[in-house]
Amino acid sequence: MSTFENPGFLAIELDGAGWDGADLTRAVLAAESAGFHAATFTDAPAPGRANALQRAAFAGPVSRTIALVPEVDTVYTEPFHISTQLASLDYVSGGRAGWIVTAAEAPGAAAAVGRSVVTGAALGQEAAASIEVSRRLWDSWEDDAVIRDVATGRYIDVDKLHYVDFRTPAGFAGPGYSVKGPSIIPRPLQGQLPVLAPASLIGGVPVEAVDAVLVSAPTPELLAAEVRDVRARVGAGVVVVAELDLVLDARGQAAAARGASFDGGRAAFAGSAASLTDFLADLLKEADGVRLHPASLFVDLEELGRLVLPELRRRRALRPVVQDGTFRDLLGLDRPASRYATAAAAPAGAGK
Amino acid sequence: MTQHTRAKSQVGTPDQFTPSGQIQFGVFFQGVNSGTIWKAPESGSQTDFESFRRIAQTAERGLFAAFFLGEGLRLREHLGRPHALDVVGRPDAQTMLAALASVTQNIGLVATQNTTYNDPADLAHRLASLDLVSGGRAAWNIVTTDNAWTGANFRRGGYLDHADRYKHAEAFVETAKRIWDSWETPDGPARRVLHEGQHYTVDVTPRLPRSAQYRPVLFQAGDSPEGRSFAARQADVIFSAHPTFDDAVEFRKDLVERSLAAGRGANAVQIMPASEFILAPTAAEAAEKKEWVRSLQIGPQQAIAYLEQFWGRELSAYDPDGPLPEIDPVVEETSETRGSGFHGAKARQLADQWRAEAKDKGLSIRQFVTSKTARIDSTFTGSYTAVADQLAEYARVGAVDGFNISPWLVPSGLDDIVNHLVPELQERGVYPTEYRGSTLREHLGLEAPVRSADGAVAAARA
Ligand SMILES: Cc1cc2nc3c(=O)[nH]c(=O)nc-3n(C[C@H](O)[C@H](O)[C@H](O)COP(=O)(O)O)c2cc1C
Repeated sequence: MSTFENPGFLAIELDGAGWDGADLTRAVLAAESAGFHAATFTDAPAPGRANALQRAAFAGPVSRTIALVPEVDTVYTEPFHISTQLASLDYVSGGRAGWIVTAAEAPGAAAAVGRSVVTGAALGQEAAASIEVSRRLWDSWEDDAVIRDVATGRYIDVDKLHYVDFRTPAGFAGPGYSVKGPSIIPRPLQGQLPVLAPASLIGGVPVEAVDAVLVSAPTPELLAAEVRDVRARVGAGVVVVAELDLVLDARGQAAAARGASFDGGRAAFAGSAASLTDFLADLLKEADGVRLHPASLFVDLEELGRLVLPELRRRRALRPVVQDGTFRDLLGLDRPASRYATAAAAPAGAGK
Repeated sequence: MTQHTRAKSQVGTPDQFTPSGQIQFGVFFQGVNSGTIWKAPESGSQTDFESFRRIAQTAERGLFAAFFLGEGLRLREHLGRPHALDVVGRPDAQTMLAALASVTQNIGLVATQNTTYNDPADLAHRLASLDLVSGGRAAWNIVTTDNAWTGANFRRGGYLDHADRYKHAEAFVETAKRIWDSWETPDGPARRVLHEGQHYTVDVTPRLPRSAQYRPVLFQAGDSPEGRSFAARQADVIFSAHPTFDDAVEFRKDLVERSLAAGRGANAVQIMPASEFILAPTAAEAAEKKEWVRSLQIGPQQAIAYLEQFWGRELSAYDPDGPLPEIDPVVEETSETRGSGFHGAKARQLADQWRAEAKDKGLSIRQFVTSKTARIDSTFTGSYTAVADQLAEYARVGAVDGFNISPWLVPSGLDDIVNHLVPELQERGVYPTEYRGSTLREHLGLEAPVRSADGAVAAARA
């Protein structure tokens, strides 16, 4: 549980920044200078929305401290590609990458790749398999696999590269598959990228497979209670993040008059910056972090940066932004040793 | 090194093909190979973003048209284990290029992506995304990846024979073009794109509008007759492996014929061969530098490992500075285990042939392997002025439209080219003195593409 002695973090969804490079730069820099800890990039099919992972990658070199966390589908995308793309994102962002796992019932996405639509419990199985493939591939190069040993002519130590030999488990609902490995890119800077998943997927996806859960509720009033419930369900080792849509009074217009329409199935907050500040201060006592989905990115971001975050910082509800920290650092996670690292080689007391 | 430039060859007939009189440069950041030196103290990280940033920004300072990333979806192996002696491990091309898009303004961003292990709608969407975030600078270097073991990393598995890969690739590329062409007006909406084929079915309503360059530029890398004809039908540029002058001229003639046969103009497909430059103020210094470069590229262990691929057995007991092994290979068929270009030659026959050749020329294992590695043929060695003269001749004749330079050092490997060779070429009037526009299509002087045909369901082709 987060208290003011153990302050929380804020993430902002940058969906409104579209595909234009200049807009993306403006959005991520605005979010970073406002003091947000993380930026997320949604990826459900919608006209005008560019690939989330690439938007996050574009934001990497122009930002410095903010974590960059794209949504990436696990059902209709190749796990090998997902793994290497996310590892690459970690490199181009200097260890600030994360992954919001999505697994939705999506007939359109199925038709686009010519597969039959995956529903129900099978979604969780697909997601779990993709996460497992990615995690094994990230571990498939031990940290010190690149040795550049001129005397022996070896660039890598082959003993520190591993075939992952993943196979979908018995009882897998979809077409089973296997992935050989190793990865085609060395281990990500963070070792393992933080994996975030909607709480609704937990169960289908084993809770041990994720680092954080995203919690939704139908109304703001129900959100704190839902966070408590989920925390009880997932246990203490998992970071809990509340999802909140918002529209603020801005530029002389009342929130209600700004005509925002939310359809994400999330709690939606409408009101003044001051009342949002109070709301978030309370919510951050329950949740480790809150992910904000502003109705209008640039308008609401302006209010958040000017009024809400400074006040939350003054009340010590927010963690300080750590210069040159990784996303794992922000979430309070250790850097784990590779699962393939030989016991003798593993540093004492390393990771899970 | 000037013997090529004395060739009197011309390309095609003047009414068909018109040399532009210019050459362009691209940089091919290969990542994985023996060409990139990792043993020199000045050799930097192969994965850190700063290496990529430095190369891309240097190339942009030198008005390079494009920055290329290669792709390999399975690690090369040697005697059943990952190959240890060369640079290995590299970032995903499009993720890296999207990051580079934010720290560059003009340079084209070319992602090598294969058609066998991707889904057309997904790949087309990601390329369109890269094209939009970069302001119209994206390109796709289309590869088919013919090595059998790559499929083990994918859900699809290794589901296509070599012969079917270009058929599949063509249906894939046509579907991608229809996806990029589907956005009706600047504000949308998109037309639904349907494809029913042997290997996959696509039914998608695309999400993204056209970019500033209409759609990503298409490069193709593949050299077989099928590969060349495919490029002549579908691509804007072919990334060839024929940089020596006479070869380049032959290749141009062949490609012009294929382009005309495909119903496109003689100038429709540009040619940019892979190449390596070893330059210095004088010819003597360049020759010395080349010795040094080669000794670092093919060290003693690499030389032995190279032979082991073909012998199929450990040869570490042999002296790299001695003669080729007298023992015979253990395999009948050589297999391509490291992504090198030799297929199906009978191993024993090859061994006999090589032993004779090495003996004939008095070469040690190391010297022999150095002479065998393909890069030798793609190397321009000499003083800045001599190489500039040589390239000016390529431009005059129209042997190529440009060169894809593989720097042998990362991240400083383009410095001498940009600082010394480019100005020499500019003085000779054969190299751009500014970017022609802001998109890759503009830099290359390519026409806006013809919008691909409409139609509810494309005929099944693959
Ligand atoms: C200059 C050049 C560069 C290539 N680069 C790549 C690459 O980066 N990744 C890859 O998978 N294949 C690459 N290829 C391989 C081709 O895509 C193709 O699979 C191979 O050349 C076999 O096709 P072909 O028989 O038509 O030549 C390259 C080929 C050439 C000629």
